[in-house]
This record gives sequence, structure tokens and C-alpha cells, in this order.
Amino acid sequence: MSVFESSVREVAARRAQAPHSSMFLRMMLRAAVLRRGRAAAALLAMIVAAAVASAMLNLYVDAQAKLRREFRNYGANIVLVGRNSASLPPDELPQVESVLAGRGVAAPFALVVAKTSDSQPLVVAGTDFARVRQLDRWWSVSNWPTAQGDALVGVRAMSAVSPKNLPFELSFQGRTIHLKSAGTVQTGAAEDSRVYLSLGDFASWTGVPPSTIEIAAAGSPEEIAGIMHQLEQAIPAAEVRPVRQIMEGEARVLDKTRATLLAAAALIILTAALCVLSTLMGWVFDRRRDFAIMKALGASDRLLNGFFAAEAATLGAIGGAIGFIFGVGIAAWIGRVNFHAPVVPRFSVLPFVLAGSIMVTLLSAILPISLLRRVQPAVILRGE
Amino acid sequence: MFARLVYESFRRQKRRKLLAGAAITLGVTVATAMIAVATDIGDKINRELRTIGANLLVTPEEDTLDLEIGGVNLKPQSDGAFLNEADLPKIKGTFWHNNITGFAPMLPVNTVLQRDGRTEGVTLLGTYFAKQVAFGKEAFSTGVRSTNPWWRVSGAWPDDGSQDVLLGERLATRLSAKPGDLVTVSGRELRVSGILSTGGNEDDEIVAPIALAQAILGKPGAVRRVYVSALTKPEDALARRDPKSMSGPVYDRWYCSPYPQSIAFQLQEAIPHSHAEQIRQVAQNEGAVLTRIEGLIFLVTLAALFASALAVSAAMATAIFERRSEVGLMKALGAGGAAVASVFFAEAMLLALIGGLVGFAAGGFLARQIGRSIFNSQITISPVLLPVILAIAVIVAFTGSAAAIRKAVGLDPVFALRGEL
Repeated sequence: MSVFESSVREVAARRAQAPHSSMFLRMMLRAAVLRRGRAAAALLAMIVAAAVASAMLNLYVDAQAKLRREFRNYGANIVLVGRNSASLPPDELPQVESVLAGRGVAAPFALVVAKTSDSQPLVVAGTDFARVRQLDRWWSVSNWPTAQGDALVGVRAMSAVSPKNLPFELSFQGRTIHLKSAGTVQTGAAEDSRVYLSLGDFASWTGVPPSTIEIAAAGSPEEIAGIMHQLEQAIPAAEVRPVRQIMEGEARVLDKTRATLLAAAALIILTAALCVLSTLMGWVFDRRRDFAIMKALGASDRLLNGFFAAEAATLGAIGGAIGFIFGVGIAAWIGRVNFHAPVVPRFSVLPFVLAGSIMVTLLSAILPISLLRRVQPAVILRGE
Repeated sequence: MFARLVYESFRRQKRRKLLAGAAITLGVTVATAMIAVATDIGDKINRELRTIGANLLVTPEEDTLDLEIGGVNLKPQSDGAFLNEADLPKIKGTFWHNNITGFAPMLPVNTVLQRDGRTEGVTLLGTYFAKQVAFGKEAFSTGVRSTNPWWRVSGAWPDDGSQDVLLGERLATRLSAKPGDLVTVSGRELRVSGILSTGGNEDDEIVAPIALAQAILGKPGAVRRVYVSALTKPEDALARRDPKSMSGPVYDRWYCSPYPQSIAFQLQEAIPHSHAEQIRQVAQNEGAVLTRIEGLIFLVTLAALFASALAVSAAMATAIFERRSEVGLMKALGAGGAAVASVFFAEAMLLALIGGLVGFAAGGFLARQIGRSIFNSQITISPVLLPVILAIAVIVAFTGSAAAIRKAVGLDPVFALRGEL
């Protein structure tokens, strides 16, 4: 007995003892390997479709968060004021900070009417410049004050207090403070007629505590409502007011954008699914001879259905998984190009993409099969 | 013979042609709708952004400094300068008048309110609610109802010609007043038509028609400031330049672009002795938001175009691949590669043209539906786009079929006819 013969026997014995399922697997594998071109085309279509679909879903979920952040540049959406126009208690700000816990920015403001050296009345405000800089990004400031005794002067107030940009003084209830203009602020609103000081300078000069805390809270409307409720509970002495102007405008714009994005996503996913459907149906239809031979050899309808369905599902799962990876990449790229921050991969989208992919591939396999089932194998094999 | 081949192929293979045609139609529909939405989204979102409030403010040129803390005006009543109400309709005569969606003048007056024997100093704010204004032959309605859509009234809005007022929410709670009550303001008996809620300083004020505020102040036609709501273009480097330093053509381009700066400049020209400026909180941020949303929809449109091109090519390739035996027959009868390819390309072109036409119409309809259901306004697609879309459809159909046609032409007719491969 030659080595060759024994190896043939070994293979034959192995094949005879192999479980039934290995034939099933082999058929599937061979189908993919033998018609490499068509199988690759079908897989490619599936990958592209899944990639586009997962990119759109990822964007849809993430774009809102990105746009909300964009809207936070509008400044405060919550204002805290003392009840019945009283000042706020002094320990207010740390309490607000602890409620916010990093979910936003808060800046205190204290306001009085002071007089310039030629006794013109003027609104003077004390605030925390580092916080205002984060909160009110639209302020066009030539130079932020840093040292003690530095003031930020509104562009319209400049001509009243220090037309030649010299040091100036302001008086409030008989007390005088000497200031130097570090820079000007322009906003096109009330700020232009004011002089801003640091809270430390302001308090030691006037003794007036902050009357308002402006808060830009981040998050969805529900989260912001939650923050407002927590603030009300934590600081009963203050009145918590939403800035409806900003909140309602934001909600409207976000709603419309989300709806447009959803419509676009639906159209794109539909088109991509159709692309997969036509490619895959062509592939399955093309294999009607395999189908006829299997049927002629006595395969049951159930086995045939199972075979083509398993094949389609495998293709859908593999294509969906690879497509998801590409889709996350596309979404991240769009995020970087448009929002200058990558879109975070949302794995919550993955099951939907996988289920959708498998459903589309199953549909495109079952449809031609159910058409072919009615035809006699002999007719197909004769090529009619 | 050529024409008959193409004609018969359409007549006899209805199912296949229908499938490929449907794919092209759907692809073109999606592409058309997305292009229409993308070209219009800027304008639509810009209008939605106007709900955040006015982005331009017109004040008297020689005004004294504002003295306002928490909405309470501390400036002496008749101090400073005023604008003339009669000049306001000229806002609609500026170059960008179509971009100005509304304006509202404001005149705050310090008054004394008496009710149930109690007196209180209260700010009365005179404004337009929905005032009918005419400029030339054009009549339009403007006021806070359109510029400040977050203002909510329970009860009724007062008429601009009436002596009715709105009471701010907090003020009304303090006075326990309700719509229909009478209040005495600076010696005048006024009817409260509704309670106003704004979430801002107006909640502590009385809001009245501007004529009433002018009468109380004793200065007919006086206006302290005007809030103007305008559709603007996001600021760029040109917008920030000083118009005085520009040369002729650059100045013209700056003047004829709807930047916040150039519209403010034109308002200043239209209203005598005025100073107009952008409200940076609104104007600056809306530019940023608009750019982001436009960019997002643009990229999504690219994805849609890509997906529909892919769907069309896949359908074309499949349709040709199924007809290998036909190619074999043609070649066995002596047709050359060029003849076979030209039949397929002619068919692809016909399909693309028909599918493109139907798809363009369907896409226009779809865009309209999207516009109506999302933005409550029309999105129309310009017919100029039709040839462009048709050309794209033909090109995509050609490139989609090219690989499959080349493969079909290269087939040995014997194998093709035996159905192998």
C-alpha cells in the first residue's frame, strides 16, 4: 500500500465520518471561493451600504451633542438672581459650581451706578474675568485685564471715563477708586456703556456683593431642567430663571436640523439597501444552476432555503461588521472636518446596522429563491 | 437594425429594464432631493435662527451712556438723544430690505403705577406689537410678535393703536392683576389686555403701544432704540474690514453682501443721526451655527450622491451580467465588440435619460415635502439643475456598466452560449 493510497483512504474515511454539517459549510465556502468576483462584489456592496448607514446613524446621534456645544457659545441659558431684588448670599458661587459639577460655566456679576471724575453717572460691574471669558465668547475684547486696578472699559464708556486712555477714577458713595484701562470690550449691547472690574477690586471699593450669576449649562433640555431643579433646591435664597430666548431658539434650530438629518439618513440608507438588494439578487439568480443541481440531487426545499439564507446572513453579518468600522471612520472624519472634534463611535448603533444588513441580505436571497422554487430543475438546467 | 435591437430589448425584457430603471430613478430622486435641500438649508436655518432675536441694534448717534441695571432705567427721562419714529419705515428702503425680517422700536419710560392705593415705580416699555407700516407702495407688518417669538402672552396682544397694555408676569403676580383689569399709570387709566412672559427683564415691566409711551413722556415720535432682525451671511475676512479703507470694487462687494456689518452700515445711512451695530451675542454665534449646519448637510449630501451613484452602477452591472448568452449569440452571428458595446451603451443612455427625468420630478416633489413638513416653507429646485442631473445620471450609468460591458464583450461566445462562467 503506497503512501498515496493510504492518504486517500484517510481522507475518504475522514469525510465519511465527518458530521453532516461540514458538507453544508463546504458548500458555502466553495460557493464563495469559486465565484470570487461575484461574491466579492456582493460583499463590497454590503460593506459600502453598511458603512454609509452606520456613518449616518452615528452622525445623527452625535451631531446634536456637537451642535448643542456650538449653541453654548450664545452664553447663559440660566440666570440666578436674589429673590425680590436682594443680593445673593456670599457662598453662592461654590454651591452653583458643585451643582454644575463641570457641566457648564457660571460667572457672577455685581452692578452699581458710580460717577466719573466729571460726575457723569456710569454703570460699573464687578465680575470674574476668567469665567466671563469662557461664558461670553462673543465679547470682542482688545486685552483682558489681569492686574489689580485694571479695568475693562466698554467702547462707548471709554470716551466718558478716559478719552485719552489715561488712568481714571470713579467714585461710589464718596469712596474713590483709581483705575487704569487694560482694554476695551465691544458687544453691541449694554456692556458697551459699562466699566468692568475684577470682583476683588469691586468688593473692596463698593462692598456690594454679586446680584446675579449667569450660567451656561450644557446638555439636553431635560438635563438643563434637572440642573435648574437642583439649583433651586440647593440655593433657596435665589430665584432660578431660564433664559427662554436662547433655550427656545436652540430647541427650534436643533429640531429642524435633526429632522433634516433624519430625512437624509433615511434616503441614504434606503438607496444603499437597494444597491445591496440588486447586487445580491443578481448573484443568487446567477446561481440558479447550483440550485437546480442541488434540487435534482434530492435536496429538500428546507435545506435549500437554509443554505441560501445562511449564506446571505453570513454575508450580511461580515459586511455589516466591516462596514460599521468604515462608517465610524467616515463619521469621525466628518466630525473633524465640520466640528473640529471627532464624532465618538456609538456602539449602540452596531446592533441596528447588523440587523439591518442581515435583513437586507436575507430579503435579497429569499426573493429570487421563491421565484425559482416554482420552476422545475430540468427547465433551469436546460438553460431556458 | 441597431434601433430595432434596442427597441426590442426594451419591449421584451420589461422586468429587467424596469429593475434597472427603478434603480436609476431612485438614485436620481435621492440625489435631486438632497441637492435641493442642501442648497436651501442655509436660508431655512437662517430664518430659524432669527427666533433667537434681533441681531442689529440702531441707537441715536449722539446718545449718552445707558444706565440700566436689571432692566431698570436710571437715566433721566428726557436725557440723551432720540430717533424719529417717522424715519423707521426707511429701514425697508435699504439695499438688503428683503433680508430684514422685522424690526421693533423701543421706548422705555419710568412711570408710577397705582393700584389698590399702592404706588410703585415701574418701567413702561413702548414698542410695536404687529404694526402696519408702509414704505412707498410696500406695506408690511412688524413688531415684537415677529422679532421676539419667545414672548408669550396669556390673554390678548394689545392693538398698536389702542390704550391697552401688557403686564409682565412677575409684576402681575405682585399686583395680583389679570387680563381685563384696569391699572393707573402716571395718571392714565389703562386696560390690561394680557400677561406677558419673556423670561427677561420685561417680566417686571409694563409693555405698551409706542404711541402711549410717547404720550406719557410728552415726546411724540421719540424712539430710544430699534431692534432689527436681519438674515445675514456668516462673517469672513472681508466683512471685518473697515469700509473706509476699501477701494471701489472691494467696497461694492462688501456693500452688496449681507454681512451684519454692511447691513448695519446701510441702516445707519437710511436713518438720520443714528448709529447701528451688530448685537454680537446673536450675530456672531449665528454665523458659527449656520456654518456648522450647512457643512454637515453638505457632507451628508455628498454621502447621498455617492450612495445613489453606487446603486445605479450596481443595478446596471447586474442587468448586463444577466445577458451574457445574448452577447454570445450576437457575437456568434458576427457582431464585433464595438457593435455589442454600442447596443448596451445606447440602452444605458436611454435608461438614464428616462430614469433621470422621472427621478428629477420625484426628487423635486420629495424636496417640497421635506420643506413643508420640516420647515413649513417651500423648497423649490431650479430647472437649471435638470441638464446637470441628467448628465450625471448618464455618466454614472455609463461608468457603472462599463466594466460589465467590457467583460461581456471579452467573453468567448461558445462559453457564453453554453451558460458556463
